[in-house]
Parts: sequence; C-alpha cells; structure tokens
Amino acid sequence: MSVRSGNGPLLAKLVALAAAMFMFAIFVLPPLYDLFCEITGIGGKTDGAYTAVSVEVDTSREIEVQFVATKNATMPWDFYPMEERVIVHPGESREVAFYAQNRTGQDMIGQAIPNVLPNNAADYFHKTECFCFNNQPLLAGETAELALVFIVDPDLPASVNTVTLSYTMFDITDRTAVQISQVQ
Amino acid sequence: MAHGPATLADGWGKYLSRWLFTTNHKDIGTLYLWFSFAMFIMGGAFAMVIRAELFQPGMQLIKPEFFNQMTTMHGLVMVFGAIMPAFVGLANWMIPMMIGAPDMALPRMNNLSFWILPFAFAILTSTLFMEGGGPNFGWTFYAPLSTTYAPDTVNYFIFGVHIMGASSIMGSINIIATVMNMRAPGMTYMKMPMFVWTWVITAFLLVAVMPVLAGAVTMMLMDINFGTSFFDAAGGGDPVLFQHIFWFFGHPEVYIIILPAFGVVSHIIPTFSRKPLFGYSSMVYATAAIAFLSFVVWAHHMFTVGMPIAGELYFMYATMLIAVPTGVKVFNWITTMYRGSLTFETPMLFSIAFVILFTFGGFTGMMLSIAAADMQYHDTYFVVAHFHYVMVAGAVFSGTAAVYYWLPKWCGRMYDETMGKVQFWIAFIGFNITFMPQHFLGLAGMPRRYADYGLQFADWNMVSSIGAFMYGGAQILFLFNVIRTIGWGEPTKDPKVWEGAEGLEWTLPTPAPYHTFAKPPTIK
Repeated sequence: MSVRSGNGPLLAKLVALAAAMFMFAIFVLPPLYDLFCEITGIGGKTDGAYTAVSVEVDTSREIEVQFVATKNATMPWDFYPMEERVIVHPGESREVAFYAQNRTGQDMIGQAIPNVLPNNAADYFHKTECFCFNNQPLLAGETAELALVFIVDPDLPASVNTVTLSYTMFDITDRTAVQISQVQ
Repeated sequence: MAHGPATLADGWGKYLSRWLFTTNHKDIGTLYLWFSFAMFIMGGAFAMVIRAELFQPGMQLIKPEFFNQMTTMHGLVMVFGAIMPAFVGLANWMIPMMIGAPDMALPRMNNLSFWILPFAFAILTSTLFMEGGGPNFGWTFYAPLSTTYAPDTVNYFIFGVHIMGASSIMGSINIIATVMNMRAPGMTYMKMPMFVWTWVITAFLLVAVMPVLAGAVTMMLMDINFGTSFFDAAGGGDPVLFQHIFWFFGHPEVYIIILPAFGVVSHIIPTFSRKPLFGYSSMVYATAAIAFLSFVVWAHHMFTVGMPIAGELYFMYATMLIAVPTGVKVFNWITTMYRGSLTFETPMLFSIAFVILFTFGGFTGMMLSIAAADMQYHDTYFVVAHFHYVMVAGAVFSGTAAVYYWLPKWCGRMYDETMGKVQFWIAFIGFNITFMPQHFLGLAGMPRRYADYGLQFADWNMVSSIGAFMYGGAQILFLFNVIRTIGWGEPTKDPKVWEGAEGLEWTLPTPAPYHTFAKPPTIK
C-alpha cells in the first residue's frame, strides 16, 4: 500500500480548506454583507450621525418624508410618530419627534432600528440628531418624545419625491451586553 | 492476508464487532446504504403523514404544529439522511473497485464518518418526543423563525447538523484522497469512470459548502444562546443575511445531491444500450461547469426578498446558464441510446425515467428562474413539485437504479426482474400522480408548508395523496425485493453480470470478494 504515502499532505490541505470555509462563513460573510449593503444602500441602512454642512436650500423641490413606526413582536411599548408626514426642501434641516411610552410595570430599554425606502434614497437621508443613535431607557410607565433632526441631501436623485423612514422598536432590556452604538 | 469477514456463525459479538470496527470499504458502503434506506423509510413515513393530512381540506389527523414538524423533518431526513448517505454508500462500494484501489485512502476515518451519522439522526429525531416538539421552521430554517421563535429543541437540531456536516466532510475528504492517490497505474484522470468523476467534483463541493452550513448553524447557536446578533435586526444584524448564507450552501447542495446521480446514469445507459457513453469528455467538463456555476446563483432562491433589479437580472441569467451544461448531459444520454441495442431491465427503466423526469424538473426550474414569474411561483406547490421532480425522480430514481444495477455484483445473486419492473411502474406512475398535480396547485396559488388549504384545491390534493401512497407502497416492494435477492436470489457467477457492462468493477469475480485489487490492475 505504498500508494498511500501522499495522503497526509492532501488530508491537511482538505481539512484546511474546510476550516477556511467555516471561518469564511462566520467571520467574512457577515461583515462583507454589511459592507455591501452600506455601499449599495440595499436594505435601507442609513449612516450614523451627520455633521451638517452649509448647503443652499433647494426651494424648487419639495420632498415628502413619511414616518412609520413599528414595534417588534415582543415589544409592549406605545411608539408612533407625532407627525406622519412632513414636506421639506432638500438641504433644509427639520426636527420631528416620535412618541414612546413604556406602559408596563418594568423599567425597560428599547432600541430603534431605522430603514429608508426607496433604497437609492438611503445615502441622501442625513440624520444630525437621532434617538436611534442611542438606546432608550424608559422607566415603568414613563413617556418620552424622541427627537430626530434630519436633512435631505440636495443630491437626492430626481426620481425620488417621497422618502419613507421606518423605525422598528426592539426590546433590548435583556441584552445590555450588545454594543448598541454599532447599530444605527 | 485475505481472510474473510466475521459472519453470524462466529457469534453475535464477533459479528457486531465486524460492523462496528470495520475499515473495509464494502462493509462501510453497505452500512451507508442500509442506513440511508432506513432514513428513506422514516422520511417517507413523515411524507405519508403530510399527505394523509392533506388528503382532505380541514384538519383531520394531526395538529398544525405537528404538521410543521413533519414537513421540516421530512426535508431534513430525506436530504441529509437518505439521499446524501445513499450516494456516499455507493461511492464507498464502487469507487475503489472502479479505479483499481484495494480500499479507501483513509479507512479509519471512513469508519468514523459513518458511525457518527446514526447519532446525528438519533439526536435530530429524538426532538419529536420532547416538550415543545421537533424543528418546525422548514428544512431551510430561516432566521428569525429558527432563532427567536424556535422551540427549545433547536439546539439538538443544530448539533445534529454539526455532526452530519462533519460526517459529510470526512467522507468527501476520503473520496478525494482515494481518487487522487490510489488510482491504478495507467488510470489517468480522463480515463476515470463517470461516476468517479462526478463524485470527485461533488466531494469538492461538499468540502467547500458543508462548513458554510456549519457556520450558519453556529451563528444561530450563538444568536440563541450567547447574545450575538448575526441575524437579529435589534442588535444590528440582518435576517436576510441568513438566507444568503444558507443558500450559498444550499444551492451547491442540490448539485451535491444530483451530480452522483448523473454519474450512476452515465454507467447504466451505456450498459443497456451496448454502446460507450457518448461525449465522455464533454460530460466531465459539463459536470465541472455545473459545479462552478452552483456557487454563483444562490440568490435565485430568494428573488422575493427585495433585491435591486440588477441583482435579480444577474441571478436570473446566471441560473439560466446552468441549463447549458445540463442540456449537454441530457443530449449525451439520449445520443448514447440512439441506435443502441437497447434492453429494458429495471435499472435501465429507472435511468430512462430519470432522464425524462429530471429534464421535466429542469424545465420547471427554468420557469422558476425567471425572476418576474418567480414572484408568482415563490413558496407555492409549484416549487414543491419542481424540486421533487429533480430530487425524487432525479436522485432517488437514480439511486434505485444503482442498487438494481450493482446488487448482483455485490451479493452474487440476481434480483427478481418482474418484481423490479412492477416496482418501477408503480413508482413511476405513483410519482407522477403525486407531483404532477402539485404543479397545477402551485400555479393556482396554493402556498407550501400549510396544514390546510382552500376548498378549490381539494380535488388535486386528494389525487396527489393517492399517488403518494402508491409511491410509498413501491418502496416496500423495493425493500422486499432487495432482501429476497440477498437471501434467496438466483446465484450468478458471471463477472460481468450485464452483457454490455464495461469497467474495472466488472473484471472482478461475482460476488465481489471482501478484498479486491490487493495488487493494482494495469490499465491499457
């Protein structure tokens, strides 16, 4: 059975290939996917805090911005936008607020995850201030008005006249270990 | 050196030890085949429960929660327990005999890769008897259904998948090592039998994607138990990422299932056409092309997830491209039969049915690949019909053909031809009665994975259930015929068994001795 002498190195290579594919699935694919979504705007993920730069307000265009607030299935809070839609000019800074109330008897922590539609608007919707940048602790029965300040970029593609910003509020009381700052 | 294996005459202890500790490729092949048949019967029983419940609208026999467990377990058991081990068993039996090797390259690992499988499926099946029930999230186990909303037994499922993945990877490494290092002198790559070629390519696919599946379930495990958020939007993850990772494994997986079946048919059709395989080298290149393409088309399973139009178009065209190498294969099989001296023994019947029905399933696959049309077909019974045409009429028919084709070689006894043909016709007719109407149901809008349906779907569902019971009955006949052959079949000593058979395995005595090719043959 001298023909079997080459098995060791081959075995090592194939095991290495399998191990590499396992690592690829866990450590490469998820960041790669995030990067891909960030570059293309797929998934409607918005950027983090935006530093306002002075741009001329384009009064010739009117953009309707709609707000949607959803609660994750396990989230008992009240959560809705104070205004359902606003009309803004590109370049203009606007503040809106969302209403949240913890109706339960327990202190809880919520986290809102934003999403922008259409996909090609995600890169042009800037938030200078947002409650979604941090988690939201609410004591039992406490209410809050959560502020959002946004600017629609004047470079917004001409085909987009309506932008929908959706927030989903998740209950993260039990998962304080999670790095919340990563999730805007 | 060439002593025989322990038999029952040596006592139960010795006999049991032989199977537990065997490193013989034929023994391990036999174990794989019997195990896969047991799983086939179990997965089939789950399917019978599903079809019995769907016989009439309304809930008759089981609860919807249990129905969900049945569809999930049917898929998992059939894919990972029945079809994959069946072809690994055939590979263990046939590859050393086809390339003139004395055994597999890594016999002890071979033993391990088989013997962890029963544990994997014991763990998986035991969940059915636990509080909360077994996995109920579909065999594709999309997050968050399989994470946030899963029953507690999901951890058993995850470990089961880990173990069967390890088994598959070890089996594949063994096959690659055997084929690369142990071919007889003169057996160049382009002289290797087609079954060996398809299996080497399959083995590479397995080594590449089974770890990705292991990675996916590991991420699930961490999301469920250790507070990570790979697939949880609340923590910055994305459930759609799960689908991408799953199908990055899942699409190559369907070729893992079908490529060895292609190999089997590429042996049987030339034998009973009494002509060499038409276009051998184009078959090899087509197999390699299919394997390569399988890595770049995965998102056609998720057209409705919300992809940009460019993505939809890319995955649509890339998917359609697979029809080209597959078409090459189908035409090669047909051309092999053309002007051949055909006889229609049971293996040939199953192989011809394979070519016809697999092509049919391929065509419905083309329909599904059209992104715009898929919006309508997605998650309906049309998809169920499509993948059963390629998996059952493809992989299972080919596996059945392989058993009938090589069984006389393995045990030196002929099976009952009449019983084989009866089984074939019941299976063929039963199969089509089961799955043809599911196309109509799907096109009419019946969604898959539900325990109940609207009254307008009642008639075709009843027809489909009747067909399923027929098809299930054919498998009992199959089991009976195989046992009868092994115990009481008419003995045959002809090394070739079949008049038109070609290849090294047919130069060995019949039945194949326990140890073969201790001295490598020389290939001209």
